[in-house]
Amino acid sequence: MTTILNSEAMLRALSRMAHEIVERNTPVEGLALVGLQTRGVFLARRLEQKIREIVGREIPCGSLDISMYRDDLNRRSSPPKVKNTDIGFGLDEKTVVIVDDVLFTGRSTRAAMDALNDFGRPLKIQLAVLVDRGHRELPIRADYVGKNVPTSFKERIHVRMKEEDGVDEVTIEKLPNEK
Amino acid sequence: MLWTRKHLLTIEELSAEEITLVLDTAASFKEVSSRTIKKVPALRGKTVASLFLEPSTRTRISFELAAKRLSADTIGITAQASSITKGETLKDTALNLEAMHVDFVILRHSAAGSPRFLADRLNCSILNAGDGAHEHPTQALLDVFTIREKLGRVAGLNVLILGDILFSRVARSNIWALVKLGANVTLCGPSTLVPPIFRELGVKVTTNFDAALREADVINLLRIQHERQRKTLFPSIGEYTRMFGLNQDRFRLTKPGVLIMHPGPINRGVEIASEVADSPRSVILEQVTNGLAVRMAALFLLNGVQSPAASTPAS
Repeated sequence: MTTILNSEAMLRALSRMAHEIVERNTPVEGLALVGLQTRGVFLARRLEQKIREIVGREIPCGSLDISMYRDDLNRRSSPPKVKNTDIGFGLDEKTVVIVDDVLFTGRSTRAAMDALNDFGRPLKIQLAVLVDRGHRELPIRADYVGKNVPTSFKERIHVRMKEEDGVDEVTIEKLPNEK
Repeated sequence: MLWTRKHLLTIEELSAEEITLVLDTAASFKEVSSRTIKKVPALRGKTVASLFLEPSTRTRISFELAAKRLSADTIGITAQASSITKGETLKDTALNLEAMHVDFVILRHSAAGSPRFLADRLNCSILNAGDGAHEHPTQALLDVFTIREKLGRVAGLNVLILGDILFSRVARSNIWALVKLGANVTLCGPSTLVPPIFRELGVKVTTNFDAALREADVINLLRIQHERQRKTLFPSIGEYTRMFGLNQDRFRLTKPGVLIMHPGPINRGVEIASEVADSPRSVILEQVTNGLAVRMAALFLLNGVQSPAASTPAS
């Protein structure tokens, strides 16, 4: 198990991402963040806090569970655990930044975009991820990346966050040779 | 915990953890019905047949809407409008549905155990929407969901189930669910309809109606099941109302925060006075709203174990 980001590095990455989001989207009137359950929600809240410090105003921030939009519901061995979706603001004409912890195949992002369309018609959708580990299976790329981490399929990325796991860190684990 | 069941047949066979998983999942699905676009693609391409061989308004519509909001295709079959009137058996009707590649059969039937009978013979998922006086699992799930949502917990609460217990599948499923989740359940009603043998399920049976009303955090009223009573078990509806109807005088005895529940259809002026049914303590219509969420959750969970991959471990 190797550490890719410790808590200070995570903090710096999020600060930089917040500045990049503001830079790309000034004025921020139409900006909104939507975090994907579970850790994307915490990341979105932290980004919102940092953006608020920069621009001096609150940014609408919601949470989205993509279980109902997954493309592998008929391929899994058991149903996924469904968590809350709470988007308490309209998305029409907004620039919505989807926030997720790890970008891998891109399938979660696709599901999230499908879900967002059911809540309205955003002007733009952007993507912010803490870690981009490569291996896309769909034509999707992130607009804001905390850290690019080239990985192999035999590796697993673990994102831990204080809100859920008591600690802020990203680690990479080599899986035993089986695949 | 992971959901592993293909059918929803009884509450009796579910663990407290499984019940809680359905409730948690339902909480997430409740949000879908509050959207402008009340539909998610979770069951896209799946077919849900509701086979209702006993009358129903709420449950049938609730299941069909739940399936539609998950993007499944639905067909509804009732006894009057099907070949059952021509003498076709339940098994043959169900086999014909399966021959058309239906993925879910939602069954309401007057015979206890009929959903299990189909589950043993068909490949599709079976959901029990009420089998005789046996069980009505989704009703119990929506009832405990409503209690948990309104009062924040189920464990430790005093729940009074009032009325026709003997002929009520709602009572049986509720007793299983409430006892598993740690509530204190008390049954009360005409002694002919509340046999003391129910104590074996871990509940209290009382004839002290006023005391039970004072203690209750939740009162679940049941309708008199005229259609199941083969002989007269109490003198008259008028006397039932006098003895056990929840009127305003009795309502005054209850705790200030009591929840008044009823699975519907309500008979105003019989088991419940209109003023009580329409009072702010009544959550009867919220039960209906929650029923939709619980049934979406049930279909979603059962769907999750239908895939060919479900028989092999996760990769």
